[in-house]
Amino acid sequence: MVNFTQYMISGLSAGSLYALVALGVVLIYRSTRILNFAHGDMATMGTFFAFSLLSWRFPFYLALPLSLLFGALLAVVFYFSIIVPAQRRDATLLGQIALTVGLSMIFQGAMIYVWGTDSKMLAFPLSDTKTWNVGPIYLNELSLGTLIVGILGSILLYLLIQKTRLGLAMRATSENLPAAQTLGIPTRTILATSWGLAALLGVLAGLFLAPALILDPFFMLEPFLKGFAGAILGGLNSLPGAIIGGLLIGIIENLCGGYISLEFKNTVPFLIIILVLLFKHEGLLGKEFKERI
Amino acid sequence: MSLLKVNNLTVQFGGIKALSAIDFEMEEKEILSIIGPNGAGKTTLFNCVSGVYRPTGGEVLFAGESLIGLSPDRIAQRGIGRTFQNIRLFNNMSVLDNLMLGRHMKFRRSLLHAFLRIRKEELIHREKVEEIIDFLDLAAYRESRVIDCPYGVQKRVELGRAMVMEPKLLLLDEPVAGLTVEEKNRVAYLVTEMRGRFGFAVLLIEHDLRIVSRLADRMVVLNFGEKLAEGPPAEVQRNPEVIRAYVGETS
Repeated sequence: MVNFTQYMISGLSAGSLYALVALGVVLIYRSTRILNFAHGDMATMGTFFAFSLLSWRFPFYLALPLSLLFGALLAVVFYFSIIVPAQRRDATLLGQIALTVGLSMIFQGAMIYVWGTDSKMLAFPLSDTKTWNVGPIYLNELSLGTLIVGILGSILLYLLIQKTRLGLAMRATSENLPAAQTLGIPTRTILATSWGLAALLGVLAGLFLAPALILDPFFMLEPFLKGFAGAILGGLNSLPGAIIGGLLIGIIENLCGGYISLEFKNTVPFLIIILVLLFKHEGLLGKEFKERI
Repeated sequence: MSLLKVNNLTVQFGGIKALSAIDFEMEEKEILSIIGPNGAGKTTLFNCVSGVYRPTGGEVLFAGESLIGLSPDRIAQRGIGRTFQNIRLFNNMSVLDNLMLGRHMKFRRSLLHAFLRIRKEELIHREKVEEIIDFLDLAAYRESRVIDCPYGVQKRVELGRAMVMEPKLLLLDEPVAGLTVEEKNRVAYLVTEMRGRFGFAVLLIEHDLRIVSRLADRMVVLNFGEKLAEGPPAEVQRNPEVIRAYVGETS
């Protein structure tokens, strides 16, 4: 029972970050139907930017928002300079997805060029060696902070989408783009905002993952794929689904890692992708779009 | 100056001419109907005016300014609202949210206001929306999800969503298609009221000649992408070419 609780806590903590990653994937997918394969690399770029800021002795409370903005800006620039022109030339959806794969390569190359491939230490204010005992259970500062940030981020996004006018315009744009345009909603700006927001969530996840993992140009690959698995599990076009899917992936992988074997831990998310696609391809909360246009 | 001036408008899809050299003008508060058999280019014409298609040639002037090359959202902001032949609503939202979205561009534009739903401003827009809800008799469906509403109601919601934008020109693509006779008469009445009470000019596509000739001040007849005739309904309906192309076919 103690072990179980311990696994659940680590699972929830990791899962809350996967949820942030999944939210980013879903935000873009449901408004544009593009699967953004550069999502992880956008997050890594933002995290490296924070690393540089911190090594230039910026205080953390400044480096955090600046790197979030940097990530968002990268995504917005990519949207306007690559995706929009591609759409003007009638690029297919698959073509646009291929563009994100290309962008991922470009980002990786750029990061290797600027920061090198050796692993870095991010000067992070929370540490995973500072622990508390609550009865027989260990809690560490980092995973507690991670959990709080993951949940807070999800709630803020939820409020933004459900309760603000911008959110209403975002929902309208993803549900029916031509209709939204007819109402004078500037859909390009709205979509750019979605891209920016998605990248911002990715960087936030990256910042909290870097201290636990090792910061190098490829460190987000695994979390990205797990967030992606979470997005598929939750249903690719459902934001609540992304949160639940991400959390579930975190919990399941930690339970499997604990009870079966640690080696098995990283395989589980991919087994889940396969099972979902075979047996419930619309995911837990997803709705199939019959037609879009 | 006319409200809408379409000049030499031509649209080509590959080798097919969907519209060739169409000309017509529309005055403020006028009700003008575009009629013609299926495939005549009526919806293509709408799509050019509302910015969905970019015409191959010609001009579309709205209140003296060219609309060519503007995106649909910009054109909407200039004061042109539209409905679609196959209804395009936000199916998973309530009727009220659909209508509020029609007010979206009337809200003050600033970053702060995008994030907050300011109570006072929201109330002003709610008032307008409620006025349209009353006008279209939608009160009973206010909180219903659009997808749960009957077809006739969905048609009216789409009409309402365009109306709350307070456009100068309203484009209605087959507003009575698929409705019962009773509902058709009701929508016909609403369209004339729109002009009378709200002062919109209405450009509408319609197949039901009986309804159209009662509603429209003038008609433009299209056939295979060309303008066949233009004028008051009674006159157009006597035009032998029109009878051959359109009326003769259907009755």
